Amino acid sequence: MDRIPILKLGDKLLVTIQVDFHDRVALALQEDLTEKILSAGAKGVLIDISALEMVDSFMGRVLGNIAKASRLLDCETVLVGMQPAIAITITELGIALQGIHTALNAEGGMALLERLIKAKSNRGRTANASKIAGRPPNLQRG
Amino acid sequence: MLVKSQEDRPICKEDDISIVRSSVKRVVALLNFSLVNQTKIITAASELARNTLEHGKGGHALIQIIDDGTGRIGLRMIFEDTGPGIPDTDRALEDGFTTGNGMGLGLGGARRLMDEFQLESHAGSGTKVSITKWQERL
Repeated sequence: MDRIPILKLGDKLLVTIQVDFHDRVALALQEDLTEKILSAGAKGVLIDISALEMVDSFMGRVLGNIAKASRLLDCETVLVGMQPAIAITITELGIALQGIHTALNAEGGMALLERLIKAKSNRGRTANASKIAGRPPNLQRG
Repeated sequence: MLVKSQEDRPICKEDDISIVRSSVKRVVALLNFSLVNQTKIITAASELARNTLEHGKGGHALIQIIDDGTGRIGLRMIFEDTGPGIPDTDRALEDGFTTGNGMGLGLGGARRLMDEFQLESHAGSGTKVSITKWQERL
């Protein structure tokens, strides 16, 4: 069976979907990726779909689920390279892909992941700092 | 209505969905549909092929190039199964209605992506869905 390779780049994982993304391949990716996030301690996943010529509701659901599962594992997902025709089609189809970050290309996606990871670690630091100071973080402002 | 050519593809296993998609992809490119319409047609075919397999327990797809009698060319796809059928076809067309493990966008979504849509189904006697997209007028 075809499996989609997952490349590790520092604290990020890179997935390029080039084969026909049929159902078993999609589900296998979801499994492989969540395992790899844990084993590699990844903080971000970049999924490049520029070679995909269509996304139907099943694939949309798998991509959305990958993003949700990754978030539960403390890892952000950015989807890059969606063809304009696919964006129009899945909107009409009714797939919202809510909660999934997107960028136009791999470069923009990497920069976005970097920002998301940094923002998260800053938030963590602020929360810790306020815990030490003995007050909840939401009282810090003003 | 004149059927100019026709391909018949079985939908009995998961890989058949990809085969239907590739067949449709070849025909839409041949008919010079715009890229957006090509994508819409292939996506609609994929949704309905999956329905045929999952809910209809297998069946087949007819991919036809048709002429409406005035020289306008269209692509018609008919997905037919002999499965359990759909007891309430109106409800099956609502977004979010699903009996399977999908998002429930298959039928309603396919209808939005195409120009014409017909659904015939009776409980116990299978389902036939016919979708058509006409070539853009230049």
